[in-house]
Amino acid sequence: MDFATLWFVILGFLLTGYAILDGFDLGVGILHLFVKGDQDRRLTLNSIGPLWDGNEVWLVTFGGALFAAFPEAYATAMSALYFPVIVLLFSLIGRAISIEFRSKRPSAAWRGWWDFSFFLSSATVVFVFGVAAGNMMYGIPLDAGFEHTGSLLGLLDPYSIAVGFFAISVCAMHGSIFLYLKTEGALQAQVHRWMWRTFFAFLAMYAVVTALTLATVPHAVRNFAEWPAAWIVVVLNVLAIANIPRAIHQGRPGYAFVSSCCTIAALVFLFGMALFPNLVVSSSAHPSLTIHNAASSEPTLKLMALIAAVGIPFVATYTGIVYWVFRGKVKLGKFSY
Amino acid sequence: MDLDVVLLSRLQFALTIMVHYLFPPLSIGLGAQLVITEGLYLRTKDRRWEALARFWTKLFAVNFAVGVATGIVMEFEFGTNWATYSRFVGDVFGSALASEGIFAFFLESGFLAVLVFGWDRVGPKMHFFSTLMVFTGSVFSSVWIVIANSWMHTPAGYHLVEENGRMRAEITDFWAMCFNPSSMHRLGHVLLGAFILGAFFTMSISAWYVLKKRHEDLATRSFKVGLVMAALSSVAMLVSGHGQARALAANQPAKLAALEGHFHTGEGPTDLYIMGWPDRATETVHFGIALPGMLSFLVHDDFETPIPGLDQVPDDEEPPVLLPFLTYHVMVGCGMYFIGLTLFGLFMWWRGKLFTSRWLMWIFVGSVLLPYVANQAGWVATEVGRQPWIVYGLLRTADAVSRSVPTDQVLGSIALFSFIYLALVVLWVVVLNEKIKHGPEDPATLGPHAAEPFRDAAARLSLVSPHRLTGDDASDEEEE
Ligand code: HDD
Ligand code: HEM
Ligand code: HEM
Repeated sequence: MDFATLWFVILGFLLTGYAILDGFDLGVGILHLFVKGDQDRRLTLNSIGPLWDGNEVWLVTFGGALFAAFPEAYATAMSALYFPVIVLLFSLIGRAISIEFRSKRPSAAWRGWWDFSFFLSSATVVFVFGVAAGNMMYGIPLDAGFEHTGSLLGLLDPYSIAVGFFAISVCAMHGSIFLYLKTEGALQAQVHRWMWRTFFAFLAMYAVVTALTLATVPHAVRNFAEWPAAWIVVVLNVLAIANIPRAIHQGRPGYAFVSSCCTIAALVFLFGMALFPNLVVSSSAHPSLTIHNAASSEPTLKLMALIAAVGIPFVATYTGIVYWVFRGKVKLGKFSY
Repeated sequence: MDLDVVLLSRLQFALTIMVHYLFPPLSIGLGAQLVITEGLYLRTKDRRWEALARFWTKLFAVNFAVGVATGIVMEFEFGTNWATYSRFVGDVFGSALASEGIFAFFLESGFLAVLVFGWDRVGPKMHFFSTLMVFTGSVFSSVWIVIANSWMHTPAGYHLVEENGRMRAEITDFWAMCFNPSSMHRLGHVLLGAFILGAFFTMSISAWYVLKKRHEDLATRSFKVGLVMAALSSVAMLVSGHGQARALAANQPAKLAALEGHFHTGEGPTDLYIMGWPDRATETVHFGIALPGMLSFLVHDDFETPIPGLDQVPDDEEPPVLLPFLTYHVMVGCGMYFIGLTLFGLFMWWRGKLFTSRWLMWIFVGSVLLPYVANQAGWVATEVGRQPWIVYGLLRTADAVSRSVPTDQVLGSIALFSFIYLALVVLWVVVLNEKIKHGPEDPATLGPHAAEPFRDAAARLSLVSPHRLTGDDASDEEEE
């Protein structure tokens, strides 16, 4: 494996980490509006209280790593998706504001407003990620200098929009299972129903997006011909998905959560399979950006791989420590939002 | 002036980075104070220090969250607005940014959770460790980002290669890139700027409590810690700033000339303006007060050697003068004020009159604004003084923007950012204000500590004898 491929894998790892970790807290944000009553809403918010901020770092590091390893792809993708990225950043800030502001005043109108903006910003973030992923799968028009030549509206094609809604369904399901793990009593009983509903919504969207992909993005499965072993991931993915309702039914939410983590990891893997070795697929006559023509110099890739090898064990340790310290059910206390 | 993508992107960058830079220096400076305060608590076991540490942590948390929210924007803005630049420097600049993510941000954000939410979940030692890690992480992030930025001012350790039909910089020597000629000067300066801000911030709030006769016992303690830190950092700042200016003379003479409003090289020694209003059209400094020969002295230690002026710079490489000159002088003025004020504060402390001089306390309450001004002004001088280059001598700002992004989208994004940043700054002020009004908890009401969870876990794995464990906890309780 050359260093460019290694970096493709590392980016996949960072993206998976991000999708799994921020996935559940964004999902909790999407469900937040359906929770009734101030006490329960605070519990929902505090279930992700100490964790959401650290989860976003995966995104930041993904951005930095993309910039370092494949600067051409970073430049092309970010400037092509200019407005979606700005909306994303706007929503991430809006989300932080909502979380911090919500419980500062007792007034119901005040809290209602921030609850709504917490929901809206979470949903927007996830939707934009989906749209971006859709565009990356489908491809965008590039010129000879790898600059995007399409328009903003061109980014909002039906396929990408479908992927956007799919992303929402994934996070809502993932978030509901997380919330189930974190809550007790009546709230938990309510969340139990949501796990079922979001699971079926996810299943439906999964079918739709798979069908659309096969119909409109033929290059997405091209790599399977070359690496038939990748079918194993597809099978595992199906098993993981099937295990979610089974575990919920058996009352073992921990397994359900692990399964939904695996499902997300598999989805990111499939996304990577669909792209590889491209990074930005060109839908025009000009060539795509691949892991080779977009990469930094070989010595830099090597050096950065070293840095990643040193850093990633530390990252895993901190993440472990933090999740361990904050394990167990949420309780409201002095430090709560 | 017509609104083109270059100008708008510059405005957007200036807006977003200047808002971001309101928060990190406080996180770094206040983080240092937290480490000191909690360290004092662990040493003395005096729970008043703990009450203080808990209080400052609350303010720290708000500031940090806002800093992170604005930082994420920065991370992606290079790609969205400065695509050509990103293609050009990705190899070098991207590496520094990625290192920052891996080494700094994970460390900070991970342990931040324990620092803020963990007071009752982990024991005091583990908590102190988390505080230390958050502080270390914030220093690391300034290290990497300052390296990245300094490379843009004084590129080193790279070569230019042609790829995909355009030039780009590639690293040839990683350490030369990191220790480029301006990075360590700038890093020291930036950290000192953060320490000054952190110290003035705690002094301001403490002085207000002293004036309002609230939490006086705690406030005076905290004030003294802040005062010592502020005085040391302010004096060190003069040394560091002097070093910066000398490095500029060697590396970016055009910028130095702009900062000093120095138009004509002349024959003899160069004067130093301590104030004035430079005028580009007439190439003179109006209302100037100059110290004869001083600039030559500061740069070359003699009163003879002339310093090259803007007349030596090719016309199309001349930086703007007015803005760098004014911001630079504001920064230096603030620096002098900090030295004067903190030394005077120490003197009054020695005379035992510090907390009884109400007028002095009021001055400290208000002075917190000036480190903000100085930090922002310093950056504006630095960055505008670099123009027209985005990477000094290699790439012009005008050539660095994203070519595929239309003007109206950039305009739209500025509008969105302005709106959300306004909300963000309001949030920050409102929440801080509320926490300050609430004040620190009474040390007597602090509950018992949680046990050290990692020691518990270790005990369960029988690495530590359970006997020792319970023994320690009992002694913790006795001290209350
Ligand atoms: C509390 C903040 C603060 C204070 C009191 C000072 N500075 Fe400063 N200065 C900064 C905060 C700052 C900064 C914001 O941190 C900058 C921007 C870039 C940098 O490296 O640091 C800066 C930049 C900066 C530069 C430009 C460096 C470059 O472009 O490469 C020079 C020459 C000085 N400073 C010199 C001084 C002097 C002679 C001071 C006298 C005491 C001084 N500074 C006080
Ligand atoms: C690592 C940190 C930094 C990097 C990489 C960086 C880079 C840049 C870039 C790319 C631009 C846009 C091009 C230009 O107009 O020159 C810029 C301009 C600017 N930056 Fe920085 N900057 C950094 C830190 C800061 C900080 C901390 C501040 C201040 C708070 C700052 C203030 C500005 C301002 C005011 C401009 C506008 C200058 C102008 O348009 O003339 N920068 N910088
Ligand atoms: C253009 C340049 C910059 C970029 C791209 C950038 C990027 C970021 C990002 C992505 C974060 C959020 C990290 C997280 O999620 O934990 C952040 C926070 C932070 N940044 Fe920046 N930053 C820039 C300039 C600076 C400068 C000049 C400094 C200090 C000297 C600095 C110091 C920090 C610190 C200490 C934090 C932690 C949060 C806080 O303290 O408020 N950054 N930055």
